[in-house]
Amino acid sequence: MSTQPVPKPVAGASGFVDDRIGAGNFLRRNLRKIFPDHWSFLLGEIALYSFIILLLTGTFLTFFFKPSMGHVEYTGSYGPLQGVMMSEAYASSLGISFDVRGGLLMRQMHHWAALLFIGGMMVHALRVFFTGAYRKPRELNWIIGVLLLTLALAEGLTGYSLPDDLLSGAGLRITEGVAISLPLVGTWITFFLFGGEYPGEDVISRFYSLHILLIPGILLALISAHMILMWVQKHTQMPGKGRTNENVVGAPFYPAFMVKAGAYFMFTFGVIALLGTFAQINPIWLFGPYTPADISAGSQPDFYMGFLEGSLRLMPAWEINVLGFTLPMSVLIPALVPMGIVMTGLALYPFIEQWVTGDRREHHIVDRPRNNPHRTSIGMAAITFYGVLWLLGANDEISSVFHVSLNWTTYVGRVLIFVGPAIAYYVTYRICLGLQRADAAVIGHGVESGVIKRLPHGEYIEVHVSPNEAIEAHMRGKEPIPVVTGGGGGDDDGIPSKAMRSPLGKLRTKMSAAYGGEKIPLDDGHGHGEGHEEHTAVGQGGDEKSLTH
Amino acid sequence: MEFNKESGISVNRITAGRRHPLARYAVLLLALALIGGVYTVALTVSSSRQADAAIASGRADDVAEGKKLFEQSCASCHGRNAEGTASGPTLIGVGAASVDFQVSSGRMPLANPGAQAPRKPPAPWVNEDTVRQLGAYIQSLGGGPAVPTAEQVDAAKGDKSKGGELFRANCIQCHNFVGSGGALTQGKYAPPLHEATEKQIYEAMITGPQAMPVFNDSIITPEQKRDMIAYIVGVREEPNPGGAGLGRIGPVTEGLVAWVVGLSLLSLAAIWITAKRRQAK
Repeated sequence: MSTQPVPKPVAGASGFVDDRIGAGNFLRRNLRKIFPDHWSFLLGEIALYSFIILLLTGTFLTFFFKPSMGHVEYTGSYGPLQGVMMSEAYASSLGISFDVRGGLLMRQMHHWAALLFIGGMMVHALRVFFTGAYRKPRELNWIIGVLLLTLALAEGLTGYSLPDDLLSGAGLRITEGVAISLPLVGTWITFFLFGGEYPGEDVISRFYSLHILLIPGILLALISAHMILMWVQKHTQMPGKGRTNENVVGAPFYPAFMVKAGAYFMFTFGVIALLGTFAQINPIWLFGPYTPADISAGSQPDFYMGFLEGSLRLMPAWEINVLGFTLPMSVLIPALVPMGIVMTGLALYPFIEQWVTGDRREHHIVDRPRNNPHRTSIGMAAITFYGVLWLLGANDEISSVFHVSLNWTTYVGRVLIFVGPAIAYYVTYRICLGLQRADAAVIGHGVESGVIKRLPHGEYIEVHVSPNEAIEAHMRGKEPIPVVTGGGGGDDDGIPSKAMRSPLGKLRTKMSAAYGGEKIPLDDGHGHGEGHEEHTAVGQGGDEKSLTH
Repeated sequence: MEFNKESGISVNRITAGRRHPLARYAVLLLALALIGGVYTVALTVSSSRQADAAIASGRADDVAEGKKLFEQSCASCHGRNAEGTASGPTLIGVGAASVDFQVSSGRMPLANPGAQAPRKPPAPWVNEDTVRQLGAYIQSLGGGPAVPTAEQVDAAKGDKSKGGELFRANCIQCHNFVGSGGALTQGKYAPPLHEATEKQIYEAMITGPQAMPVFNDSIITPEQKRDMIAYIVGVREEPNPGGAGLGRIGPVTEGLVAWVVGLSLLSLAAIWITAKRRQAK
């Protein structure tokens, strides 16, 4: 390729490596790998880079943290806690905050990075969901993602508990309450986890092992698998000009994508460092040491646990006593049901969708959210479900900041948790169809040019021009969602196969007909319902529109 | 010898007198007279001193002045003799501390009835003298907790560490870990303690205003109350070493910042980085 000879030191060293591990061949194949460009494709990298920062800052914190519940008297430099008895974990966390150079910054960056890690995962997962990027062949990678999110919650919970301050103790208490409420095994699990009666003396050191060794190890392995699969399967791309299911249009990994990714790492690092410097997070010295008898108003978990807190707050009191056993439903249901709905729903969605649509094809071009209105509506309904729980997890702060009755926030929440998702579903569905109509209008009539033309008989019309090539290609990337027909047995006689005649099969046919198909055809010209009158074309080809209508 | 003789006689005389059958009654009478006399004198002296002090500082007619103020600003809800009405509780026995707390913090007189009286700028007629007069009147009706002395509420004399432990054990379940306030049921709330004066904090503890329980001196001693005041005042004046305090209400605002600032900035960065897009040739 290059006409200039490679300098000898470079050629020698690279030749040495290449001869032994064959890196040259590997790099030649992979450095030119093409990555498609879209801003939303970078959202997952927020989580990736936050994870790297978490590893670095976390390592720093382990140098000074003592994972012990041994009782000591505080003698550090924070005045208002002088002489107070506390655990070594809490004392060493205070030490990191006040007596270790740069310790507070590291602690705050670690915590902000944790929030952005999970926040980044969430927005990334939403991007993948709403564009249908989880479809074949990427279902496994989607499931790895769901596992990563679940593990990240566990990682967050264990880390949040480590400083053994009063606020984290409240979270630990709820964890204990959930564990002990499990039927049959609850008591065993609790005593195993805490090494005896709550709070015991073991939980901090056990959470420490989980937090710094086991969970990050699994996270790292799964993140690697996630990246490798993404690399091997190639990244999905948005519909657009020249993009097909067989190609990838974008920039090569080296140098273009690498520079972008590197820059994005710096951005993530920068935002986390800014937050760590200018926004105080988890001021454990204000909370005081954990005592099971104390609790503060406004005790909240970190944001990613907020939906569980909210479900606990919404749940009415309900307890079942059978044969001397107590089933505390008011703890069991809020702890397990919303989490189960969200996580199981996420994990199963690709397979449910496949079953409903009967679509077994590979997809490398993603959908625009409007083009699969039911999926988008289901997603928005789920976001509303999650969002109501999340919001209600902070109902005491909402009540005290906005001066509304705490009881009413709960009553409203109990209704909203059922009604909200339904409204969200309906509204989203209508918006999607509206956007599809808008697309059809652009394809059918072109875009408004802003040029007003006066016709010989005096009428004014606005000239419509055909859309930009790229935009048109983007819109034309829409494809109808496959439908399982009643005669899906393969016969042409129109008689449904035996499987499709079962109640489940009938349900499947019905769901498929509702879910799939083409709701608003792009090229149907003027065949789109109520919009018809407005779009009456004047002149030739429908590219001009009357103003007088 | 003569001396001895004389003294011997006198000794004998006294001894004889002591043994007189009436002696014991005389002694008893004398003792009673002495105690009664001293008591009376002492009482007169002290009461005249109090009266003098009251006159000197213009408090002689505090009760009368207080009654006038009460009739002007309080009686419509609390009744003409503070006996209480359907719209306001009786004030007999609530004490001057209650008056000082409610009026100096602007909670009373109430602007409009609601779940709870909010803190607000005090009414124009409220000043040190009028609060004292009103307090004296209420105190005269049925006693109750008195206004604490300046020394009792001096934060500088309290122990922050001990106060912090007491604060965490008794106050934060409603008032939040740094006294940022919190919600209670049915629109009631534990107000933030940012604006409360040291005296008001003490008075709130001994009188239990609105939804707050009373922390009397046998539950929390006056010294412990002063320790708590030292902690509350200390912690609210303490700077936030980690940057902006985000309202000091815990993870809710932190989560909000993570999304609104953190993820928004990073999304904008992603849009910026990918603004120049490669097209297929």
